[in-house]
Amino acid sequence: MNDAVALRVRSGILEQTGATAAVLQSDTMDHYRTFHMLERLLHAPPKLLHQLIFQIPPSRQALLIERYYAFDEAFVREVLGKKLSKGTKKDLDDISTKTGITLKSCRRQFDNFKRVFKVVEEMRGSLVDNIQQHFLLSDRLARDYAAIVFFANNRFETGKKKLQYLSFGDFAFCAELMIQNWTLGAVDSQVDDMDVDLDKEFLQDLKELKVLVADKDLLDLHKSLVCTALRGKLGVFSEMEANFKNLSRGLVNVAAKLTHNKDVRDLFVDLVEKFVEPCRSDHWPLNDVRLFLNQYSASVHSLDGFRHQALWDRYMGTLRGCLLRLYHD
Amino acid sequence: MPGKLKVKIVAGRHLPVMDRASDLTDAFVEVKFGNTTFKTDVYLKSLNPQWNSEWFKFEVDDEDLQDEPLQITVLDHDTYSANDAIGKVYIDIDPLLYSEAATVISGWFPIYDTIHGIRGEINVVVKVDLFNDLNRFRQSSCGVKFFCTTSIPKCYRAVIIHGFVEELVVNEDPEYQWIDRIRTPRASNEARQRLISLMSGELQRKIGLKVLEMRGNAVVGYLQCFDLEGESGLVVRAIGTACTLDKLSSPAAFLPACNSPSKDMKEIPFNEDPNPNTHSSGPSTPLKNQTYSFSPSKSYSRQSSSSDTDLSLTPKTAPYPQSQGIFLYPSSPSLSCGSLHLKKSCLLLSESSLSPHHSSLVSPVLRKSVSFSDELFLAASGMGSGSAGKEGGPFKALLRQQTQSALEQREFPFFTLTAFPPGFLVHVGGVVSARSVKLLDRIHNPDEPETRDAWWAEIRQEIKSHAKALGCHAVVGYSESTSICEEVCILSASGTAAVLNPRFLQDGTVESCLEQRLEENLPAGCGFCHIPYDELNMPFPAHLTYCYNCRKQKVPDVLFTTIDLPIDATVIGKGCLIQARLCRLKKKAQAEANATAISNLLPFMEYEVHTQLMNKLKLKGMNALFGLRIQITVGENMLMGLASATGVYLAALPLPGGIQIAGKTPNDGSYEQHVSHMQKKINDTIAKNKELYEINPPEISEEIIGSPIPEPRQRSRLLRSQSESSDEVTELDLSHGKKDAFVLEIDDTDAMEDVHSLLTDVPPPSGFYSCNTEIMPGINNWTSEIQMFTSVRVIRLSSLNLTNQALNKNFNDLCENLLKSLYFKLRSMIPCCLCHVNFTVSLPEDELIQVTVTAVAITFDKNQALQTTKTQVEKSLQRASTDNEELLQFPLELCSDSLPSHPFPPAKEHLESASSNSGIPAAQRATSVDYSSFADRCSSWIELIKLKAQTIRRGSIKTTVTVEKASPMNEGNFRNRSAPPCANSTVGVVKMTPLSFIPGAKITKYLGIINMFFIRETTSLREEGGVSGFLHAFVAEVFAMVRAHVAALGGNAVVSYIMKQCVFMENPNKNQAQCLINVSGDAVVFVHESELEVVSSQPPTANCQSSCPGGDVTT
Repeated sequence: MNDAVALRVRSGILEQTGATAAVLQSDTMDHYRTFHMLERLLHAPPKLLHQLIFQIPPSRQALLIERYYAFDEAFVREVLGKKLSKGTKKDLDDISTKTGITLKSCRRQFDNFKRVFKVVEEMRGSLVDNIQQHFLLSDRLARDYAAIVFFANNRFETGKKKLQYLSFGDFAFCAELMIQNWTLGAVDSQVDDMDVDLDKEFLQDLKELKVLVADKDLLDLHKSLVCTALRGKLGVFSEMEANFKNLSRGLVNVAAKLTHNKDVRDLFVDLVEKFVEPCRSDHWPLNDVRLFLNQYSASVHSLDGFRHQALWDRYMGTLRGCLLRLYHD
Repeated sequence: MPGKLKVKIVAGRHLPVMDRASDLTDAFVEVKFGNTTFKTDVYLKSLNPQWNSEWFKFEVDDEDLQDEPLQITVLDHDTYSANDAIGKVYIDIDPLLYSEAATVISGWFPIYDTIHGIRGEINVVVKVDLFNDLNRFRQSSCGVKFFCTTSIPKCYRAVIIHGFVEELVVNEDPEYQWIDRIRTPRASNEARQRLISLMSGELQRKIGLKVLEMRGNAVVGYLQCFDLEGESGLVVRAIGTACTLDKLSSPAAFLPACNSPSKDMKEIPFNEDPNPNTHSSGPSTPLKNQTYSFSPSKSYSRQSSSSDTDLSLTPKTAPYPQSQGIFLYPSSPSLSCGSLHLKKSCLLLSESSLSPHHSSLVSPVLRKSVSFSDELFLAASGMGSGSAGKEGGPFKALLRQQTQSALEQREFPFFTLTAFPPGFLVHVGGVVSARSVKLLDRIHNPDEPETRDAWWAEIRQEIKSHAKALGCHAVVGYSESTSICEEVCILSASGTAAVLNPRFLQDGTVESCLEQRLEENLPAGCGFCHIPYDELNMPFPAHLTYCYNCRKQKVPDVLFTTIDLPIDATVIGKGCLIQARLCRLKKKAQAEANATAISNLLPFMEYEVHTQLMNKLKLKGMNALFGLRIQITVGENMLMGLASATGVYLAALPLPGGIQIAGKTPNDGSYEQHVSHMQKKINDTIAKNKELYEINPPEISEEIIGSPIPEPRQRSRLLRSQSESSDEVTELDLSHGKKDAFVLEIDDTDAMEDVHSLLTDVPPPSGFYSCNTEIMPGINNWTSEIQMFTSVRVIRLSSLNLTNQALNKNFNDLCENLLKSLYFKLRSMIPCCLCHVNFTVSLPEDELIQVTVTAVAITFDKNQALQTTKTQVEKSLQRASTDNEELLQFPLELCSDSLPSHPFPPAKEHLESASSNSGIPAAQRATSVDYSSFADRCSSWIELIKLKAQTIRRGSIKTTVTVEKASPMNEGNFRNRSAPPCANSTVGVVKMTPLSFIPGAKITKYLGIINMFFIRETTSLREEGGVSGFLHAFVAEVFAMVRAHVAALGGNAVVSYIMKQCVFMENPNKNQAQCLINVSGDAVVFVHESELEVVSSQPPTANCQSSCPGGDVTT
């Protein structure tokens, strides 16, 4: 309260309007009271729409909701992939000191995440749509929340030092791709938790991809196909040729490991370790990475001995998108 | 069995969780009317139940329909224990009883509980089938329309203004019944709400009966009040003005009142004949065009004839045997049968010389009717007295005689209206008021409220005689109020003595011709300033001068009135809010001793308030007060007086004199210096104010010298020079034209204080204007952006040895601070004007002052020239502002919980109060605002406010979203999508305004009166955010409920909204508080001008069509 008054005093409002500090104080109090009454409604935005106590024009309502559900990138990066539990809530003061965001703000953002999570967790239908419907958020914000919910549910590790260079936007992008392709909802839109949980069967099937690296012939064939196609097009061709087996092994092994929950959590760590870092140490330009990944996934189709083309596409299609997004400094 | 009430319960939503185990509710609804109750099925386990009930039918008398509210109770079904009440909805079905108002009430109503506030909403549909009952002995008065608006409602035309109606009913207050000791607070609150609802229904019905008796069909300026007399009972009383109103059929006929009200009035009768009954004779239309060229005498004759055709053709009233009613009810049998003769006699009369004797020449059969027309005739000539100059004298006398005789037929020639059709008001005398102190005794028999009736009758009689002393036969802008403390009650009544044009009291259809002529003959807008009393026999000492406008009639030097500024008055510059504030200590006493003490104090208070007003008026450089409202409140140990009015500079009145300060001890040098210093300060202030309010009267003095009538001018100078003060100021020095210098003697510290307080009045920040009348004089270019707000402030005085001065200062500061914070909150609306600022003071307990302010802020367009008729630019502008306009009714209330009342930190408290005391030694000043109880609750919002900082800085609460739109996403897109559905979305926008009109919009339909009473109680005051939080939430809830009711009636605005009562009581030790709020207003449908263009662009054939079926388009 006093902070807010001080803030407003600093903004020079008193000089502008010639008001006294007491007036400002009481005015600020009024706002707090009103917001306090509004906050209850903001917890369930559809109520805000129907309530009769405040007559707020739709545009202002939307603004209120949008602002209330807005979050700080720095904060969300800290809690992304963590369980939205009491334990995490206790750590909020650490996050607050670390990010410089006030504890109250952290609490609000955390509570918002948790509230959204609770509501849509067990719901059927598209995750983004559900969030939009129940919280009346804008498309963009709803997508962000979908990513947060998805990460929280799958508990992806994002806090490792290696991953610090990644922004929330990077993760949100990956989350969206994964929701689109790897969840239950991607195959069947009528199941519960469709967008929140990964498709277990699909993860199980991913083991089949192991043949790509386990079978020496296939691996060689794959490598030669990629190399032939990319010869002369890649600035880092020699490095690629030298590293191909390692990279391929890395990518396929990540896939094969996804059956275990623990490894699912480490997905991003693995991807960075097994693919992003080696490429980066060889100074691959982004374009070369793109060319490589395109060719790498496409040439599998020409491998006659490989029977899991669809599975490969579902896996690699998403992974390619993610890797390209993750590949930066 | 004259009525069938049908109710359907559709659904509920957002119900509270009543069953902790399941987090759900098993809700059902009880629908009760009178003694009949129906129940819906229980809708299991849902917070959004869909009952979709059958139609519950109640077959009831229309008497009950008027009295009883429909009571809807939502309950939670409990198998094992008693069902828990969730809350209630009371629906007043009165609006359904008018033939032309709403036909159905349907919508979402907030479910209200007196302990918990609003708990979800319920969707209800209510219909009434009314069978007509023509029984002349009936007790009901269905069909009489009620309006809170204190002017003729915008889509009606006054045919006859009958006059004053009043009624009061009394009952025992349930709060003080023995049973209250054993029942729950909720039950007692509900009993009270129900009783008051019942009583106001009964009161309205009884008043309606009186109106029907007077042959009226409506009550305008209806003001209903509750007196909570505590032990001795509950009084509900109402006053109003009975009228016969005609609905104007075509809404296109109106121009917005805000822009050119006078034009509006003019055009109505011209463009179409809304009522073929009254105007079927038709000569009126050609006549009007001709009147311009007519000589006065000729126009009289035309007028008389046209008026009597109207009379003869008004068949709507049945034969009425009582001949004494002839003045009031033109359609008496003798008249209607003898219309032809009458016409002849009239013409005859007007052709002959102006002598009332002529009436005797006519055959005795027509005696009555002739005298009637005679009077009409004379009235007309009286009106023309302006041009007749000095010869107007005898006419005036005659006029007075005649109209007096007309008005004396009535017990009380009072009118609660504050704005009148042009030409209605002839002269204004001044404010008349009466107060009386009474000791309350228990009302023994509720069916015989004689004592209360007698009290009021006494006061009204006094007012009447005051008016008579001023040479006036009527009182306009009349209002009554009470202030109760323990068993002492002050009854007050006030109004403005006036001479009225009797025509309107009989038949308003002449108004068009009359008004035309008026505008031709009378110099615009000074007529009402002319004194109605005899110059030689003045009721009070006043400096009379010749009118500065027409220079023919005498005018007083200042004019105080309780009415709104007449639309045709010429005003120079802008107006401003002027307040006089006063506190007087009194000893605590019991019963009679107390009453005596109060009555002894009253005259002094009145005098002081008057002096303060006068001084402040002079200081502002103005010469007239409108909308004066003096409120005297009685408390345990003090009396408070608060007078609010709007000061203006009337062109017709003389320049206000300055204020002179005179010391009593002139030999003291330093003292002298001090005095002259003060004098200089005052003069500076006056000059500054004149500039601020743009008061630069035209320098008539020099220009007029060559004009044909210099004689009166000289005289007036003569008159002035007598009173002129010693220092010679040239006529041209207008900054300080010292005509009648007002001398202030500062002989003691008391007076010194007064002068200081005069100077401490801070003008509102630039861009703000304020007034307590409907619209700000001098501003015409309103935009459609309005914001209504209510603010309640409670302040606790520390009880130790208070002095009058300290008290005055506290009170003054309180009011000033309140205004300041309003200005601050509304800064985003600059330039704007606070209109209809209504202060209410109450002293709920010892040392507790509560001030409630309701007002509306209207923005106006600075760049538009005054008086512009709608240019294209403005239209587009208006439309733009309509789009992002909102009525986010944050009740801008705040209360300062005072320290002593705060039980928490006693140590700190002493410290603080001590420090404040040391700051201002003598004064035990009111302790400052304390928010500690609220701090932690709000803390979670600090960060939010930061987020909002942008919004807040831009305008805290309101509008001007336009720029902001760009920031979040594609707002423009959003808006496009949301704009159309918002019209038919579940939450329709309902505007609320204390004004009788909506700027930039036209009211197309009146749906009925809204009169609601709520009680809210809490036993967890601290948890709800202290007094401030509690009141804030309650006021918001009241607004929500009012809006919901209006929306359910199909309306989109409440006009003439007023919070008549806001009684707050707290018991901080018990963590309890209770608040009662009574609000009223008129539910209306309005159309924005921008939308209306489309409608009105259709050819006028539409108008013809709609006017054909008797002006009743509303079905």
